[in-house]
Amino acid sequence: MTTEMICAGFGGQGVLTIGRFIAQAAMKEGRNVSWLPSYGPEMRGGTANVSTVVSDEPIASPIVSFPDVLVALNQPSVDKFAPSIRKGGVIIINTSMCPHGCKRDDVQKVAAPMSDIAQEIGSQMVLNMLAIGIIIGKTGLIKYETIEEELNSFLKEKNPDLLEKNLTAIKRGIEIGQK
Amino acid sequence: MSKILMKGNEAVAEAAIRAGCRLYFAYPITPQSELIEYMAKMMPKVNGTFLQAESEVSAINMVYGAAGAGKRVMTSSSSPGIALKMEGVSYMAGAELPAVIINVQRGGPGLGDIQPSQGDYFQATKGGGHGDYRMIVLAPSSVQEFADMAAEAFDLADKYRNPVMILADGMLGQMMEPVEFKPAKTQEEIDALGNIHNSWCICPNEDGDAKHHHEINSLEIDPSVLEKHVNELYEKYGRIERDEVRFDTYNVSDDNEILCVAWGTASRIVKSAINELTAQGKSVGLIRPITCWPFPYEAVAEAIGPKVRKVYVFELNTGQMLDDVKIAVQGKVPVTFWGKVGGIVFTPAEIKEKLEACF
Repeated sequence: MTTEMICAGFGGQGVLTIGRFIAQAAMKEGRNVSWLPSYGPEMRGGTANVSTVVSDEPIASPIVSFPDVLVALNQPSVDKFAPSIRKGGVIIINTSMCPHGCKRDDVQKVAAPMSDIAQEIGSQMVLNMLAIGIIIGKTGLIKYETIEEELNSFLKEKNPDLLEKNLTAIKRGIEIGQK
Repeated sequence: MSKILMKGNEAVAEAAIRAGCRLYFAYPITPQSELIEYMAKMMPKVNGTFLQAESEVSAINMVYGAAGAGKRVMTSSSSPGIALKMEGVSYMAGAELPAVIINVQRGGPGLGDIQPSQGDYFQATKGGGHGDYRMIVLAPSSVQEFADMAAEAFDLADKYRNPVMILADGMLGQMMEPVEFKPAKTQEEIDALGNIHNSWCICPNEDGDAKHHHEINSLEIDPSVLEKHVNELYEKYGRIERDEVRFDTYNVSDDNEILCVAWGTASRIVKSAINELTAQGKSVGLIRPITCWPFPYEAVAEAIGPKVRKVYVFELNTGQMLDDVKIAVQGKVPVTFWGKVGGIVFTPAEIKEKLEACF
């Protein structure tokens, strides 16, 4: 089983981190992973994307042409990547920043005002954790427990308040994904 | 040992330190800057020396000096910076100095761009510097292999007293994959490679005999002396060609109708396309040179199965390794090429389309 994912959004929304946490957790769960960021002379507010592959087989190409899962945190990301999602694949749309949505009707859509929900939880910094939660809830690609363990090791002592917000965002995301 | 998720640039730096590299001189350039950052952070912790030189030319000459003192020393850069180092590489080859040079290739010519490319194959394998010399060139295709090659490159450099290049690209440098570091060699194991540093390097004599001295030089003004030196180098290169050829094959069998040849990043994309074609019942094999010099000429010729109608070369350039493949194939079957340039990496779908058109 191989899952190919693209996460895309504005620089600063934490899209690279979404891919990194998914890859890190999947690796901990014993699977093969690759994480390939777009890089270039880009600035805050510019666009960023990352291709993440999780597989039971050795990964040949880390480049994702036809994603099984697309996380689109802004409209340009929908416009750029939605046409290439595999038929029956998943698109996770941040409707707070995607006024035109996604026109495809042959993919599974999870649409939520993610930026607004992140603000409700307490910070735009947890937007990416909300996205990770939705990925877990919708696809079961990784386990919640693995991410929780990862976050604990990063934040438990350094910033317990942010840890709490992150975990809240992931749990909220799982609920949205499972709907 | 557990796996760590790391960028190629960081993994190869860590692996070099574990391989005994304690001296690193470089000048920053995208897309290899994580490598120099990692060295800046870690070298002081292992009593090593990190120095950001004022230029690439300066860095490679620091490498020359440190190698002459018998220490494991490394530099790294990306394409335009490597071009600046090439004079130093020729001097090291002439003076028979071991050192490791990493090239995380980007688009060229000139300043080009900062995206992945394989445009420096000629520069690395056909002599980017002047004179009749060879440099061992290792081409990784994953973060794990990139890291593993650090120790291998130092061992080969020491074994043959010759510069060794790891020829990676922006994708391998920027990508994260799980990596597991192998246990480091002991000094005794390094010495057992046959290169006892004290026998040639500039270092304090154990016996304190001041008359006993070594000379590190690439200048031989007497033609008969230089002739002998170059012939000795040529003999050494012959041993390397005989003993150090490395390659990998994927799905190579007597059923193959097409044989692909690709190296580094390009080979991974080709593998994905082969997987999809295999599912359709089409038999395509791949041979991947791991050493670009010495090139696996015989292995490429032997990988051509009885049903192979075409050898297809894929590179992220306009056809450089292609020349070596043609030498290997010797006109026995047609050799075709397709590549992408400008820092654009081809996709599995594009390769699949090219290969499907052959059936």
